[in-house]
Amino acid sequence: MAKIVELITENVGKVRPDSLEDYLNASGYEALKKAFKMTPEEIIEEVKKSNLRGRGGAGYPTGSKWEQLHEIDETPKYIVCNADEGEPGTFKDKIIMDKDPFKLVEAMTIAGYTFGSNHGYIYIRGEYPLSKKTMQKAVDLAKEAGYLGDNILGTDYSFDIHIRTGAGAYVCGENSAQLNSLEGKVGRPRIKPPHLAEVGLFKKPTLVNNVESFAAIPYIVLNGGEKYASFGTKESGGTKLVCLSGNVVNRGVYEVPFGTTIREIIYDLGGGMPEGRKFKFAQIGGSSGPCFGEDKLDTPLCYKETGKNGLIVGSGALLVVDDSNCAVDFAKCISEFFVHESCGKCTMCREGNRQLLRILTRFTEGKGCKEDFALIEQLSNVLPISSFCGLGETATRAVSTCIELFRDEFEEHIEGKCRAGICSFSEGGK
Amino acid sequence: MLTNQQIRDVVQKYEDGEENILAILLKLQEASGQNYISEDCAVEVAKELNIPASKIYDLLTFHSMFSTKPRGKYIIEICKSAPCHVNKSREIVKMFENELGIKMGETTADKLFTLQFTSCIGACDIAPAAKIGEKVYGNLTKEDVKKIIQEYREGGK
Amino acid sequence: MKLVNLKIDDVDISVPAGTSILDAAKQAGIKIPTLCYHPDLPVKASCRLCLVDTGRKKLETACSTPVKEGMKVITNSKKVRDARRTALKLLLANHPQDCLTCVRNGSCELQALAAELNITDISFYNMVEKLPIDDSNLAIVRDQSKCIKCGRCIEVCQEVQCVGVINSSFRSGEYKMTTAFDKALAETDCVYCGQCSAVCPVGAIYEKDDTAKVWKALEDPDMHVVVQTAPAVRVSIGEEFGLEPGSIVTGQMVAALRKLGFDKVFDTDFTADLTILEEGSELLERLKNGGAIPLITSCSPGWINFLERFYPELIPHVSTCKSPQQMFGALAKTYYPQKAGLSPDKVFVVSIMPCTAKKYECARPEMNSSGYQDVDVVLTTRELGRMLKQAGVNFENLEPEEFDDPLGISTGAAVIFGATGGVMEAALRTVYEIVTGTVLEDVDFKDVRGIKGIKEAEVELDGQKVKVAVANGLGNAKILLDKIKNGECDYQFIEIMCCPGGCIGGGGQPYGTTNEIKEKRIKAIYDADKGMELRKSHENPAVKILYEEFLGEPLSEKSHELLHTHYVSKKK
Repeated sequence: MAKIVELITENVGKVRPDSLEDYLNASGYEALKKAFKMTPEEIIEEVKKSNLRGRGGAGYPTGSKWEQLHEIDETPKYIVCNADEGEPGTFKDKIIMDKDPFKLVEAMTIAGYTFGSNHGYIYIRGEYPLSKKTMQKAVDLAKEAGYLGDNILGTDYSFDIHIRTGAGAYVCGENSAQLNSLEGKVGRPRIKPPHLAEVGLFKKPTLVNNVESFAAIPYIVLNGGEKYASFGTKESGGTKLVCLSGNVVNRGVYEVPFGTTIREIIYDLGGGMPEGRKFKFAQIGGSSGPCFGEDKLDTPLCYKETGKNGLIVGSGALLVVDDSNCAVDFAKCISEFFVHESCGKCTMCREGNRQLLRILTRFTEGKGCKEDFALIEQLSNVLPISSFCGLGETATRAVSTCIELFRDEFEEHIEGKCRAGICSFSEGGK
Repeated sequence: MLTNQQIRDVVQKYEDGEENILAILLKLQEASGQNYISEDCAVEVAKELNIPASKIYDLLTFHSMFSTKPRGKYIIEICKSAPCHVNKSREIVKMFENELGIKMGETTADKLFTLQFTSCIGACDIAPAAKIGEKVYGNLTKEDVKKIIQEYREGGK
Repeated sequence: MKLVNLKIDDVDISVPAGTSILDAAKQAGIKIPTLCYHPDLPVKASCRLCLVDTGRKKLETACSTPVKEGMKVITNSKKVRDARRTALKLLLANHPQDCLTCVRNGSCELQALAAELNITDISFYNMVEKLPIDDSNLAIVRDQSKCIKCGRCIEVCQEVQCVGVINSSFRSGEYKMTTAFDKALAETDCVYCGQCSAVCPVGAIYEKDDTAKVWKALEDPDMHVVVQTAPAVRVSIGEEFGLEPGSIVTGQMVAALRKLGFDKVFDTDFTADLTILEEGSELLERLKNGGAIPLITSCSPGWINFLERFYPELIPHVSTCKSPQQMFGALAKTYYPQKAGLSPDKVFVVSIMPCTAKKYECARPEMNSSGYQDVDVVLTTRELGRMLKQAGVNFENLEPEEFDDPLGISTGAAVIFGATGGVMEAALRTVYEIVTGTVLEDVDFKDVRGIKGIKEAEVELDGQKVKVAVANGLGNAKILLDKIKNGECDYQFIEIMCCPGGCIGGGGQPYGTTNEIKEKRIKAIYDADKGMELRKSHENPAVKILYEEFLGEPLSEKSHELLHTHYVSKKK
């Protein structure tokens, strides 16, 4: 039976988001106070011990990221919180910002103190106007009470947090694109190297972490990295916020320890499919993640096991699709998303994705042909290894895994047949 | 129509103007009354921030939340991401289209509503979802759609 | 400098740290295909043609990836070839297949790559969308259907020239290089420098082709068609015929123009010398009697457009002298027909220029002091190349010929107008002798030479120190202009050339121009100067006669009427 562990979400629903008092009563800011008594090296050591990995989707070890930034002498350094939660089916950062905003403020302040940084930025996607208001309010209240601003808690450390908005661009979730956007430029990704730790915001050394990654920091500082790590598996420390969506009874965000199986999440927490419907497949990690069938449901959610099974942890999105849906239509929906969101700069992503969508659209119209499979295969082979950024790299993943699972359905569409009855083939078809 | 003075006032309200360009443009779009940034407005912002208008145009056309053409007072955004899609968002598209008598991407004749798609709005737990301004509506039924439109119609007059 | 050792295919090589794989491969004699890459512009890594295998999961773009110690790079494997060919096919699927009638047929980088990568079918679906062609202005045509989104035009327009008219916009399949609100260029602040057309790898931006007008005039038995050639053309037109960059082909060019049927082949250098006398006098006049200082040169029409659109408040600083090209036009329809016994309305003036902005300049309404449009048609170096090829002129084997008299006589000071710093140097040679009354023995002012963006020098003129500066490329000019605006400038005389490198780097010069090639053209310019008997403008005998017979003296009333102009603010 899956269990929920509240390390990050301990305050969710228990504190009022606009009440610093509530947050303080829930042991808020104890971590910062403790951090002020620690050296930066000690803090980083705890983060390393926690085995925390980037919760935005890339899964890069947070401790290593912090250590690398710490080793850079150049100042000033900037702290950026990536709150551009654009991966479809992901709504966990929103929960933290909406329900426990002070935790994020405290976490960023700890990070700021660790790196001697005086400025932090939270880049919140434009689609979350309320989160932006809530975060701004929390920042203002924290500043008023001396938890932000000059000489925090009477120390000689000063830190300020600036709230910035996106305006509708998935690619701004890519860290380098986000920094461009924060600088007022268009959020198309940058060439790497140089890495952002060295040449980041305003060309200065910069830490970029996801909301959920930051939110784990107060717990880690307060209780020690080992304690946090003990909740997960050997190499995937702690908990993960899982966003369960699609055709399940209990959709929502669940904080589970790493190692919980996908089946447990879908059936124990999610309550399985609605009555009368059957599991068809699921997609993990958002639209950029792979689709998989029944046979992989017992995969434990952790970086090692998902990797072994061709899955990812990604952002923690878990989309369940039942048998009332058409695999081809679903693949087309995902492809539409990437065509909509490609920044357009690189050939592979700009032209490759629109070719893919053209092909999938033909399938849904009954105009597909056998040769199209070869084109999809060519794009699925090439885009992941040759696109400019992560968007193009992952754009074909859902489509190619969908074809692996449901090639028969794709072939049926060539004949003008959609078993789910979703695709309508007009006379335009064959 | 915003006057140049009004535009300048908005721009000047933000410190670090250029860094805050998205916030400025969103604010101006809201203030336009027609949910768009006109060419004149973009040119004025460019002048005020001392950057080429072509850079503003890049921002306006890059981000899906901006429009360079007038839109309705209320923008009804229907999520078209996969979690809403598998929860049959196409049905609520039809409901809104029928209720308003327009197609996606269009604006009602009374300039009150524009129907458009949006990427995921983080309301996957209540999919299919739609968003009007800051308000998010989920688990939508035909009756809900009727009621929502009615409310805005009454509020908008 | 720290050296890094790596292996590219089977070649071991050591290169300085920070070198890109692309440059390292070049040194190793290995060719990697490129498209968006341009040696003088920031690396973009967007076309994905230069992908190589460095042993990582992902392929990497050779243009943007620095070498690492012990790196093993594979540039030719199935994985690499498949990726590059996919990228190219994706581009071709969205590119019109009308190569045979395209202005870039034969000079197109995309076409060359398709051949190089052995593309015999595109396999992907045709995505070509016909977009309207922008031919709203007299100089530059944009055909966005052909754009392959390399972004070079944006970099020159935004970063190099700081004009900021062309930029990226939209995203995904709609991503394009365009103006704010998709306006036609004529409705923007475009200065028509044409640098975008010079770097465009395909037929998406090009100069407006005016060759038909010239053919027509040449066919007209009633017209007396004269041609003038800008200083920079003689060191670049050879490239159109496969000659080495930097070849000085003045004589062949003259012969070739005669073969085309021009009645007289004259030289803009003649009026370049004239410009020095007028502008030099203007400088001395201002230094002596007051007037806006620093004085800024006015030969470059792209710069004048920039002035009127972006810095109209500095108009008083700019010399009222017309450009040599326009001075020539004014004289070719007044002094010349008078002398040659022709009716000015039967004289047709063609200019061969390295420049696209000259097309705009010659059509300015104020450029009609002869009573007619002073210059009828401006052709770029590239257009002349096309005319000569069409006429079957065997350029490289022509016997050199001399310019016609009198508007073909010039000095070395005029030749160097074609390179950045040249106008300054020419002016100093003359002004020095006028002010000091002594002969200038060493005429080489080397401080103002070279491709550097901003150059400064100090010259002593009869005990008075004169501080001068030279800027090439509008981005560099902007730095100086802002200094003047902010009162932080102690120069007396400034030369500004719109295009990087000066006219030898003009927007109408042969395709494939790089800084390396510009350096060669610049060297050729100074070699040509050295080879001239006369090297100071005021020693030009034909100019002396012109003043005696026609103009009187520099800054005379007649001079003002024919050789000077005025500027107006075009700031929006």
